Amino acid sequence: MLYSPIQPMHIPDGFLSTLVSVILWIISAGAVAFALRRVGKDLGERQVPLMGVLAAAIFAGQMLNFSVTGGTSGHLLGAALATILLGPWPAVIIMTSVVSLQALIFQDGGLLALGANLFNMAVVGVTVSYFLSASLQKLARGKSWGVFIGGAAAAWFSIVVASLACALELAVSGTSPANISVPAMGGIHMLIGIGEGLITVGALAFLYTARRDLFRTGEVTPKGGAAVWIFGLGIALLLAVLSPLASAHPDGLEWVAGQKGFLEAARAPLYKIIPDYAIPGISNTTLATILAGILGTLLVFGVALGLAYLRRKKDSK
Amino acid sequence: MHVHFLDPYRPRTSPVHALDGRVKFVLTVAFILTVSLTPVDAWPVYVLLFALILSLEILSGLGVWYVLKRTLLALPFVLAAFPVIFTSGRTALFSFPIGSWSLTAHAEGLGRFISVALKSWLSVQAAILMAASTPFPELLQAMRAVGIPRLLVSMFGMMWRYSFVLIDEALRLMRARAARSGHSGEVDQKTGGSVIWRARVTGGMAGNLFLRAFERSDRIYVAMLSRGYDGDVRLLPLPPMTGATWTTLLAGLVLLALLLFFGILFWG
Repeated sequence: MLYSPIQPMHIPDGFLSTLVSVILWIISAGAVAFALRRVGKDLGERQVPLMGVLAAAIFAGQMLNFSVTGGTSGHLLGAALATILLGPWPAVIIMTSVVSLQALIFQDGGLLALGANLFNMAVVGVTVSYFLSASLQKLARGKSWGVFIGGAAAAWFSIVVASLACALELAVSGTSPANISVPAMGGIHMLIGIGEGLITVGALAFLYTARRDLFRTGEVTPKGGAAVWIFGLGIALLLAVLSPLASAHPDGLEWVAGQKGFLEAARAPLYKIIPDYAIPGISNTTLATILAGILGTLLVFGVALGLAYLRRKKDSK
Repeated sequence: MHVHFLDPYRPRTSPVHALDGRVKFVLTVAFILTVSLTPVDAWPVYVLLFALILSLEILSGLGVWYVLKRTLLALPFVLAAFPVIFTSGRTALFSFPIGSWSLTAHAEGLGRFISVALKSWLSVQAAILMAASTPFPELLQAMRAVGIPRLLVSMFGMMWRYSFVLIDEALRLMRARAARSGHSGEVDQKTGGSVIWRARVTGGMAGNLFLRAFERSDRIYVAMLSRGYDGDVRLLPLPPMTGATWTTLLAGLVLLALLLFFGILFWG
C-alpha cells in the first residue's frame, strides 16, 4: 500500500480508558480553541488558505521517506518543522488538522483516542519543539547553527517526548504496564527521532538557502510565546520525572492510582447506577451469553435476508 | 471533485450510503464510545456489537472483506497491550521459563488483552464504515452540525482539497528522485550514498514541498480575494433534518444505550 506510514504513535480506539480519552479530549480542545484565536489575530483572513494548504503539505510530506536498512525507512512527522517555520500557534492548528484527518479518513489513530493523539502530537510535540528551537536560537544569537542544532534537537525531542506521553497514557489506562511501555516506546522513538531530526535539518538547510526570509532569527520572540515556552518546559520536566518513576515501579502508575483508590472513585459513579445483583430470574451470565448469541445471529441473518430481498426486487423492476 | 486513489469513499447505492452524514458521524462516535465503556469481560456484548457492525457492513454493500482487510491497519498496535497478560491479575493460567526467570500469564490479564484487541477492532470497523460510505464534504457538514468551529472545519476542507494536489506533488518528487538514483538491481547491493546523505536529500524534498505549498497558498489567497473573499467563511446552510433521519438517529442511540446497559448490568 502506498500510504502506509504506520506510526506507532497514533493510538487506535480501544487502548485508552474512557476517562483518559475524555480528559485528554478536553485539554486538547481547549488548546486548539486558544490557538485558533491567536492565529486568527495574527493572520486574519489569510489563515484559512495558509493553514489549510500547509497542513496538506505536512500531510503529503509524511509520505516522503528514505530507506535506512533491512526494509525499514525513516519519514517525517513534521511538528518540529512546522513550529520552527511558522511559530507555535499555527503549528498547533496545522498538526491538529493533520492528525484529525488521518483519524477521520485513514483510521490512522482512533476517533475517541483523537483527543490523546492531538495532545501528544499537536500540543506536546509542538510545545517541546518550540521550547527547544526558541531557546537554542536565542542562544545562537542569530547565527545559522542555532537554526540547525535547534531544529535537530526540536525534532528529536518532540518525537521522544510525545512517545513518552503516549506510553504514560497507555499505562494510566491499564492497557500496557509502564515498566514495559515507557522503555519500549521511548526506545523505538529514540531511533525514529533520528530520522525525523535528519529530515528536518535537511528541509531547514534547503529553506535556509532558498528563502532566508522565512527564518526570524535574531528577532524577538513572538508575543505569547512565553506561555508556550514555560508550558513546554513544564511538560518536559513532568515527563522526565514521571517516566523513570513509572517504569521503576513494578506495576507502574496503575498501582499508584489503585493505591489512592482513584480509579475506583472514578469508575464508581458510572457503574454504581445499577446494583450488583441482576434482575431476578436472569441471574446467570451463561443464559445472557446464549441470549446474546441468538440475538446476534438473528440480526445478521435478518439484514442479509432483507438485503437479498431488496436486491431481487430492484432487479425484477 | 477530483477522484483520487487515496480517497476512501466508495460510492454504492445502499441505505448506509443514503443515510444523512450527520447521523452517521454521531452514531459512529456513539458506537465507539459504547465499545469503550463496555466492561472488560462482557463477551456477549462484544458479540452483539460485532453483529451490529457486521450487519451494517453487509447492508452497506461495501463487502465485509473490504472492511476487514482495512482493519489490519490497526493490528500492529495490539503489541503494545501484549505485556498486560503477564503483569496484571492474580489467577495464574500457565507459565513458561525464560532463562533463570519465568513468565506467568494471568486470567485477568488475558481477558483484558483480548478485550482491548476486540475494542480496537470493533471501533476501527465503525470508523472505516463511516469513511467509506460518506463523502468527505458530508463529514465536514456533520462536523459543523456538532459544533466544531467553522474556521477549523473550513481549514479541514481546504486541507482535504489540497492534500491530493500536494500528495501528487510529493509522488512526483519521489519519482524524480528514483529516476536520478542509480540502482544496480541486485538485492543486497547498496544504493545511493550514506544514510545521512539520503536523509538530507529527503529533507530537501520536504523543504521543497513546503516551499511550493507556501507559494501556492499565496496564489490561492489572491484568487480567493479576487472572488470576493473577505475573511468570513461562507458555507451552504445545513440541509434540514427530516423526521426519518431523527428516528434513525434516536433508534441507533437507544440501541447502543441498551447494549451498554446490558453489559454493565451483568458484568459491570
